[in-house]
Amino acid sequence: MSIWIYIAVMAVVTYLIRVLPFAFFRQKIKSQFIKSFLYYVPYAVLSAMTIPAIFYSTGNITTAVAGTAVALILAYFDLPLIVVALAASGAAYLCGLILPLL
Amino acid sequence: MKSEFGKGMIAGIPIGLGYLSVSFGFGIMAAGAGLSAFEAFMISLTNLTSAGQAQGVSIIAAGGTLIEMALVQLIINIRYALMAISLSQKLDDSFTFPKRLLAAYGITDEIFAVCSTVKGTLKPNFMYGITLISTIGWVTGTFLGAAAGEILPAEITAALGLVLYGMFLAIIIPPARKEKSILIVVITAAALSCICKYLVPGLSGGFAVIMCALVASAVGALLFPRKEDEQE
Repeated sequence: MSIWIYIAVMAVVTYLIRVLPFAFFRQKIKSQFIKSFLYYVPYAVLSAMTIPAIFYSTGNITTAVAGTAVALILAYFDLPLIVVALAASGAAYLCGLILPLL
Repeated sequence: MKSEFGKGMIAGIPIGLGYLSVSFGFGIMAAGAGLSAFEAFMISLTNLTSAGQAQGVSIIAAGGTLIEMALVQLIINIRYALMAISLSQKLDDSFTFPKRLLAAYGITDEIFAVCSTVKGTLKPNFMYGITLISTIGWVTGTFLGAAAGEILPAEITAALGLVLYGMFLAIIIPPARKEKSILIVVITAAALSCICKYLVPGLSGGFAVIMCALVASAVGALLFPRKEDEQE
């Protein structure tokens, strides 16, 4: 089977999942429960995606924990996303450099 | 840059950088499965999703059926439908039907996360800008990964694995600090996610995220229903 047929199926299914609710869901939701639920969804999704996956994101738990700690501290002080993201990576990188010396 | 498109592009920079490193790994994987760099590039351009693409490539490599491909994409990516509904509630009036068809392409975990925390309504040009930069990162990383193999030292690609997660923390920590309800939801979701990871090893990552998010959000909505004047 041509690889392009597979790619087309992947692309169409993925796009339909995104576009059907986005383009056709027009009414404002009235239910307080559902509105509250949707308000919390992004925080819940991101939290579940991040923990515990972040500890395995560098292939080394020690460097990942160092990066996570830096991210938590900087995020706590409300620094911009890019600063937090790159500082976390930088901390993990530096930790990886220092670790073999200890 | 003050335009919505410019603001979107700036918001897309950390996402694009993160995608660059993640998709680099996808490119290497696709090449390993026998795909050409152009094929890997086209998968990234038409799908713009990590877990679904990785699973898709392994189905292609194994010669699976198209039904299997469709079902796997549906299950892994169904979370985008939830995100699309959530975003649909804060779209600007200028978001006409054709613009929704176009912008829907860019609903990913990361773009959703940034868009859902935008103050006020969500404008089409903002979504175009953030999607453009993110997509450039995603397809570029894929192509480089597939075509050139490792171009960065392993220590750097490993550390770049933290970029996206660092950004996620930067999104959820400040509001969790200000609102106890969000803090409880975040902790609940994280705890459930750990339970899934360590106690239910057979559960796929995508499915675990859906379940944890649904339960934690429901807990939040039950314990801390939002008052009308708090709604954005």
